[in-house]
Amino acid sequence: MTRFILRRLLQSGIVLLGVTLVVFLLLQLVPGDPVRVALGTRFDPETYEALRSRAGLDQPLPVQYASYVGQALTGDLGVSFRSGRPVTAIVLERLPATLSLAITAVVFALLVAFPLGVLSALRSGSVFDHAARVFSQFGVSVPDFWMGIMGILLFAGVLGWFPPSGYVALTEDPVGWASHVFLPAVTVGLVTASILTRFIRSSVLEVLAEDYVRTAEAKGLPTRVVVVRHVLRNALIPVVTVVAVQLASLLGGVIVIEVLFAWPGVGRLTYDAVQARDYPVLQGAILLVAALFLVVNLLVDLLYARLDPRIRVR
Amino acid sequence: MSGNGDSTSRRALVALGRDPLAVTGGVVLVLLVVAGLAGSWLAPAGINEVDVDRMLQSPSWAHPFGTDELGRDVLSRVLVAARVSLQVGAVSVGIALLAGVTLGLFAGYYQGWLDNVLMRCMDVLFAFPVLLLAVAIVAVLGPGLSTAMVAIGVVYTPIFARVTRAGVLSVREQVFVRAAVATGASDLRIMRRHVLPNIAAPLIVQTSLSLAFAILSEAALSFLGLGVQPPEPAWGRMLYDGRGFVTDAWWLGFFPGAAIFLTVLAFNLVGDALRDVLDPRQLTVSEARRNAG
Repeated sequence: MTRFILRRLLQSGIVLLGVTLVVFLLLQLVPGDPVRVALGTRFDPETYEALRSRAGLDQPLPVQYASYVGQALTGDLGVSFRSGRPVTAIVLERLPATLSLAITAVVFALLVAFPLGVLSALRSGSVFDHAARVFSQFGVSVPDFWMGIMGILLFAGVLGWFPPSGYVALTEDPVGWASHVFLPAVTVGLVTASILTRFIRSSVLEVLAEDYVRTAEAKGLPTRVVVVRHVLRNALIPVVTVVAVQLASLLGGVIVIEVLFAWPGVGRLTYDAVQARDYPVLQGAILLVAALFLVVNLLVDLLYARLDPRIRVR
Repeated sequence: MSGNGDSTSRRALVALGRDPLAVTGGVVLVLLVVAGLAGSWLAPAGINEVDVDRMLQSPSWAHPFGTDELGRDVLSRVLVAARVSLQVGAVSVGIALLAGVTLGLFAGYYQGWLDNVLMRCMDVLFAFPVLLLAVAIVAVLGPGLSTAMVAIGVVYTPIFARVTRAGVLSVREQVFVRAAVATGASDLRIMRRHVLPNIAAPLIVQTSLSLAFAILSEAALSFLGLGVQPPEPAWGRMLYDGRGFVTDAWWLGFFPGAAIFLTVLAFNLVGDALRDVLDPRQLTVSEARRNAG
C-alpha cells in the first residue's frame, strides 16, 4: 500500500507541475503585452511598470516560471491587475459560495439518483427502468443553462416561489441562502443526477450478475438482505468514486450556472476576470480549481485502493 | 484489413436501422443538416432584419417562434444558427480527432518514454474541468468562432488520445501486426493499414458522443459571450442576449435552448446505439449477457 501511495503521490506531483506550466503559459499566449491590455484606458507608466515588475514579466521566461511555481507553493499567486489585491485572497473568498452550491447540488443529485438507479437495476426492463433511462438521457443532453433559464421562468417568473438570482451567505441567513441556492442547485443537480443514475444502475446490474449474489439467493436469504448486504455494499464502492469526481468537477465546472444566477463563486470570478482581462486572477482561479480536482482524484484513488485491494496490485 | 472496416460500417448501419431511438436521432440530425445547409433559404425572414415596431412579439402565424428585443424573427435565427453548431461540432471534433488519434497512435505503438511523456501531457489537460479550460483558452486568444473551435478541439484531444492508445495497445500484440513487422513494413504503414482500421469502432463511437459535447460546449461559450459574436446568430448567444427578457418573453429562452437540446440528444442517441453494436466492451456484463441472450 505504501508503494502505491508513493507512486500516486509522485504521479499527481508531476501532473500538478504540468498544470502550473499550462496556467503559466496562458499569460504568455496573450497577444501583445498582457499588463497593457489589462490596463486599457487606465494606463499610466508608473502603474504599468509596477504591475509588470510585481508579475515578474521583466524577467527571462524560465526565471518567471520558476518564481511562479516557487511563489505558488507558498500560497502567493500574484496580485490582481485590476484591484491590486492578492489573488489567493480573492479566490479563497469566493470558494465558500462555490462549495455550498456544489455540495447542495451533489446531495440533491444523490437523493434523486440513488433510488432511481437502484430500483431501475432491480426492475431491469420494466416501465420504471425505461423511464429512469429516459430521464438520464434527458439529463446528459440538456444544456444546464437552458434548464436554469426555464427554472427562472417557471419558479421565479410564473410562480414567484424563489428569487431569480442572487446570493445570501449560509452563515448570515440560512433561510435566505436556501431560497437562493434552490434553483441553481436543482439545475446543476439534475444533470449530475442523470449521470449518477446511469452509473448506479450499471454498477448494481453488474453486481447482480455475480456468482456470490446467486449463491446468497440460492441459500434462501430474503431479497432485501441480498440486496442490502451483498449487492448495494459492493455496487456502491465505484459509485463513491464517481460522486467524488462529480463534486470535484462541479467546483470548477459551474461557471455558466454561477453567471446565470449571479452566484458569487469561483466560476463567476473566472468569468469576471475574463471580462476584465485580469489575467493573474484568471490564472489563480484555474490553478486552484485544477489543484483541487487533482487532490480529490488522488484521495479517491487512495480510498478506492483501500476498499479494493486489486487496484493496488495493478 | 479493409474488409474489417466495410463490415464495421455495415453492422453500424444495420444496428442504427433497427433501433427506433437511433432512427429518431438520425432523423433529427438529417433535419439539422438540412437547416445547416439551407437555413438561409428556409428562413421566413432575414436574420438581421431589425424592426422596433414588432419587438418582443409572442409566437404567432407570422412569427412562429416570436420576435426578439430588436424585432428580429426568432425562427429564422434559430434555423440559420444550425450551421454554426454543425460547423463547430465538425471542426472542433476534427481537431481533437486528428491530434488525439495521432498522439494516441504514437504513444501506444512506440510505448516507452514517448508513451510516458505524451500520456502525462494528456493527464495534465485532463486535470482541468473542460469548460474552464475552454474559457481560459478563449480568454487568452480572444472571443470568436475560430478560437472557440480551437479551444473545444484542444480540450477534447486527451479523450481521443486515451481511446486510441488503449486500442493500439491491444492491437499491436495481434498476429497480423507481428506478421507485418516481419515482412519489413514501415511503422507508419503498419499504423495506417493494420492498426487504425482495427481501432475504428471505439473512435467512431467517441466521435459521435464528442460531437454532442462539442455543440454543448460551444453553446456554453456563446452563452458566456465568448463564442460567436453578434450579429451572427448562435443558439447559445441567443440565450445570452435574451436572458434579460426571459420572464417577459419566454420564447427567447425556450426555442434556441430546445434546438441545442434536440441536437445534443440526437447525437447522444446515435452515439449510444453505435456503442452498443461497435464497442460491446463498454457494456456492463449483464447488459452484454442480456444482448447475447
